[in-house]
Amino acid sequence: MGLRKELSVPGHYDQIRRLCAFVGEGAREAGFDDDAVFQVELACDEACTNIIEHTYEGEGVGEIQVTWQINTDLFTVIIRDYGPRFDPSGIPSPAVPPDLEDIEELPVGGLGVFFMRRLMDKVTFDYHQGKGNVLTMVKRRTQDEELP
Amino acid sequence: MEISITPMRRVDLIAVSGRVDSSNSSELDDALQSRLDEGRTNLVLDLSDVHYISSSGLRSLVAALRASKKKGGDVRLARPSERVQEVLGLAGLDTLFESYDDVTAAVGSY
Repeated sequence: MGLRKELSVPGHYDQIRRLCAFVGEGAREAGFDDDAVFQVELACDEACTNIIEHTYEGEGVGEIQVTWQINTDLFTVIIRDYGPRFDPSGIPSPAVPPDLEDIEELPVGGLGVFFMRRLMDKVTFDYHQGKGNVLTMVKRRTQDEELP
Repeated sequence: MEISITPMRRVDLIAVSGRVDSSNSSELDDALQSRLDEGRTNLVLDLSDVHYISSSGLRSLVAALRASKKKGGDVRLARPSERVQEVLGLAGLDTLFESYDDVTAAVGSY
C-alpha cells in the first residue's frame, strides 16, 4: 500500500476548506497538476457539503473523516460520516444541458453529486449499517488504468 | 471572500473576490438580495478575483439571476476568472449569464 493519510474534522461548513487543503496536498504528492488538484479539492468540497446538508442535515451534528491514499496508478479519497444512509438517487440530478428557457425550473439541486462524478474517475457510495456512509472517489494518476 | 459594492447610475457593480463555497455563499446571497430589495435590479458581478467557487456559489448566482429577472433586471458577469468559467461550464450554466471581458463592457451593456 502506498502513502496514506487521514484527517477528521467537525461537520461545519468552515471546516471543509481544511479538508480540501488536506486532500489537495495529497493530490500534489500524487503528482497531479494544478487543474487536477482543483478538481480533487472541488469534488471533496461537494462531498463534504452534501454530508452536512443532506446526511447530517445541519452543522455540528457529527464528524467527517477523510483519508487519501496514493497507489501506483490511482489517487483515492475516502470520506466517512456517521449519519444515516445517504442515497444519491434520492437527490434530483440536474438536467444536462439544463433547460435554460425556464430559469424558474432550473435544477441547481443535485449539482454536488453531479460534480463529483464529472471531476473524479470513479465515485461509489457505500453504507455500513450502524456506522455510516463511506464515499470513495478515485482519480487515475495515468490514463492507462481502467477502472472496473 | 470579500464583497465590495459600487452603485452606479443604472447598475450596481459588485466585486467578489476570494473563495466562494458553502461556508460563505449565504453572505453572497444576502449581499445580492439586499441590492435587489433596494430596487437595484441591474447587477454586474466582477468575478475576476474569485479563485474558487463551488456549486453553493453557483446557486447564489442563479438565485440572484432569478430574483433580478422577476423584477425586470439582470445579473451579468464581468471578467469571470478561469476557475469560475470552468465551474460554470461543468454545471452547464456557462451560457445562462451574459458575460463580458471587462467591467466597462458589462456595465455598458445595460
